[in-house]
Amino acid sequence: MKLNLKIWRQENASEKGRLVDYQLDGVTTHMSFLEMMDMLNQQLIEKGERTIEFDHDCREGICGQCGMMINGRAHGPLANTTTCQLHMRSFKDGETIYVEPFRSSAFTVLRDLKVDRGSFDRIIQAGGFISAATGQAPEANSIPIAHETAEAAFDAAACIGCGACVATCKNSSAALFTAAKVVHLAILPQGKLETAKRVDAMVQQMDAEGFGHCSNTEACEVECPQGISVLHIARFNFLYHQSRLMSKT
Amino acid sequence: MNGLNANIPEGALEDKWSNFKEKAKLVNPANRQKMEVIVVGTGLAGASCAASLAEQGYRIKSFCFQDSARRAHSVAAQGGVNAAKNYKNDGDSVYRMFYDTIKGGDFRSREANVYRLAECSLALIDQSVAQGVPFAREYGGYLNNRSFGGVQVSRTFYARGQTGQQLLLGAYQALMRQESLGKVKTYTRHEMLDLVLIDGKAKGIITRDLVTGEIERHAADAVVLATGGYGKIYYLSTLAMGCNGSAIWRAHKKGALMSGVSWIQFHPTSLPQSGEQQSKLTLMSESLRNDGRIWVPLKDGEQREAGLIPEEERDYYLERRYPAFGNLSPRDISSRAAKERIDAGFGVGPMKNAVYLDFSRAIKAQGKAKIKEKYSNLFTMYEKITGINAYEQPMLISPAAHFTMGGLWVDYQLMTSIQGLFALGEANFSDHGANRLGANSLLQACVDGYFIAPYTIPNYLADELKAERIKTSHPAFDEAEAQVKAKLQQLMESKGNFSVDHFHKTLGKLLYDKCGLSRSKEGLQQAIEDIKALRNKFYTDLKITGDEHLNSELEKAGRVADYLELGELMCLDALQREESCGAHFREEYQTADGEAVRDDEHYAYVSAWEWKGENEQHVLHKEPLTFERVSLTVRSYK
Repeated sequence: MKLNLKIWRQENASEKGRLVDYQLDGVTTHMSFLEMMDMLNQQLIEKGERTIEFDHDCREGICGQCGMMINGRAHGPLANTTTCQLHMRSFKDGETIYVEPFRSSAFTVLRDLKVDRGSFDRIIQAGGFISAATGQAPEANSIPIAHETAEAAFDAAACIGCGACVATCKNSSAALFTAAKVVHLAILPQGKLETAKRVDAMVQQMDAEGFGHCSNTEACEVECPQGISVLHIARFNFLYHQSRLMSKT
Repeated sequence: MNGLNANIPEGALEDKWSNFKEKAKLVNPANRQKMEVIVVGTGLAGASCAASLAEQGYRIKSFCFQDSARRAHSVAAQGGVNAAKNYKNDGDSVYRMFYDTIKGGDFRSREANVYRLAECSLALIDQSVAQGVPFAREYGGYLNNRSFGGVQVSRTFYARGQTGQQLLLGAYQALMRQESLGKVKTYTRHEMLDLVLIDGKAKGIITRDLVTGEIERHAADAVVLATGGYGKIYYLSTLAMGCNGSAIWRAHKKGALMSGVSWIQFHPTSLPQSGEQQSKLTLMSESLRNDGRIWVPLKDGEQREAGLIPEEERDYYLERRYPAFGNLSPRDISSRAAKERIDAGFGVGPMKNAVYLDFSRAIKAQGKAKIKEKYSNLFTMYEKITGINAYEQPMLISPAAHFTMGGLWVDYQLMTSIQGLFALGEANFSDHGANRLGANSLLQACVDGYFIAPYTIPNYLADELKAERIKTSHPAFDEAEAQVKAKLQQLMESKGNFSVDHFHKTLGKLLYDKCGLSRSKEGLQQAIEDIKALRNKFYTDLKITGDEHLNSELEKAGRVADYLELGELMCLDALQREESCGAHFREEYQTADGEAVRDDEHYAYVSAWEWKGENEQHVLHKEPLTFERVSLTVRSYK
């Protein structure tokens, strides 16, 4: 395959970026999208040019480090897939492909396609945990958890923190990311006790980071590599209102 | 250097860990906040250690090269974590788990360490559940288990095919909690480039900020390396692209001994290579072998599609060769058996480099829905990568470099041969011997971080309390920083013709052929010469573009420079050990039917290698392995 690539290049957070044209020949259909990018980078090295910086690590769809807007879609044309799991068989010979970073005012572009998602870590720091120090745990089977509850908790906990939900949202909302963690912990008996405090703190942090509000377009669910349901946002809103209503102040 | 005394506590095997804990020195709560510990790596071992020490009151600096602590490669472990809970009432016990692990490791690990691993497995499940890890449950609400390779009980706890992710998120969240409490400071996108020693003790590290390129100094009272394994040395592996051996290698060059260096596990159920540009071999969890049957065609030159080959013309070679364990034979044996069939010309797939993993019988017996519930994410991933629906056709699988049993030599307290330098998880050599059992790696990483280091590191710190707190203005930091900068400059200034990846791929191919699933004296000797030549070429003909700020090529170059030295030691280690054990299969030492021949009389020891300087020969130290409880047997799974 031969491709026309228009790729976002930006020196650093303070300088302006732009799309740069590249032609790439010899791409095969079973290559992954990132292997196509590797191939382009090898050609740039041969020409003595700086390579295109992009985030990636596990290349098996679980670490959440990769992520690009490909032809305007987070992680490219397939639904519920990470960029690393996208293969060139999803593109046509001669196609023009636009590659840009995940954009949000809460994700600073570091260089080219690499962005800083430290805001996600700070949302978790605000309350995305169960306060159980090492050594405090009771025998694991002492609190039975229904099969369906464990499975539902898993569905929410599966989030890989890639940021596709934010990048695809017209409001740059982190509602799906935050909801997934809030719901995962709220439906387990171990995490239930801290729900009100947790949801309040995480929402405050989400706002402080500059993420927008959710207006229920449900675009996030389409791009989420783990297919996390927007129903979690509804549950999250419910828990948030409950915490406001039940708080003493 | 504290020599090779493993410092095993007194007492019967069952009492050693309790005996140690009872006598371990403590630091007064008020004094803990005065002491600082650096933890490099935020995988299961690093994050759990950092969080647990912070909970005790120590100040922690936590480093990772990824953009978030949650991305460390523990996240990718699929199948599960072992614990001797005996919830299935199928004959499991701490002793049974200890025995399975020591036998699985081909009797090349320490009895005391392995027993402690099994003992601490019980508390780990409790801890993870308390953190909110959504393990699989039965309908009554109790925890479920499945079976894994190399054992005859069901002791593996799992969260679908994402157990590593869920355990890691538990540890990561504990770490983030400590960060919010001001006890931990995390440094993401930072890479450790050197260890700083003062009076022979580990007192700090030099890091590079991967965004700005700045070189930074960090001082502490102890340093923990939990930086994972170096299987990425083969280039094509199941590891993440950034996995590397640089932190442990640079500690090695400062005096820490390396052990079991060539013991690298090839996972039997990875996806095969499909092209030249390929960067990674994706793992399919070993748990698939609970329901999948492995086979190749019986007939030479078979051209038919898998579904058209009748039952009697299929060779279920694991069931044939190892009837007692069948498709759940241990990883080293399964991988070697696959290689044997592929090399004999019975490989399947477009490059004839794979074997079939077939679910048709399980789907018929249990229904598609049940198989889907157990493995849906794996089947989906398989289809995304290959375009093949594995509910209808068998998967194509092949062995791939996966886990390094070797690493930094550590004593019973997980301290390396450098005082104050600890190595946890896959970065150390300790518990798996020459072959790791499935679902024991998550376990070891967690046990090291949650339950061992929080006793042994304070035991060390108690004696350091009176020592002066080190400042980063100490001359030892000047020296280390100058060396790091000189090395980076040397790499940036290389103006040759070949990219870093070229050297990495060349080294990987060389090691796969000569120091991979099987090894021979001639092959290893040749490989050592070839690696030396490749290393010389690297320094004269490397080409790096870009600047000294954010530059992935420069990051990779540093890691490959280390691999080019580590690879040579791997070959030396494999050459010196004239026996076959676990993952180390020397062609000269096998039975007539191709089974490994161990030599307990001459090689029942841990090899620990000492760095003597650039272009100097490594020196071998031996830690004898004495077995008081188990008798050494031929490891048979027939």
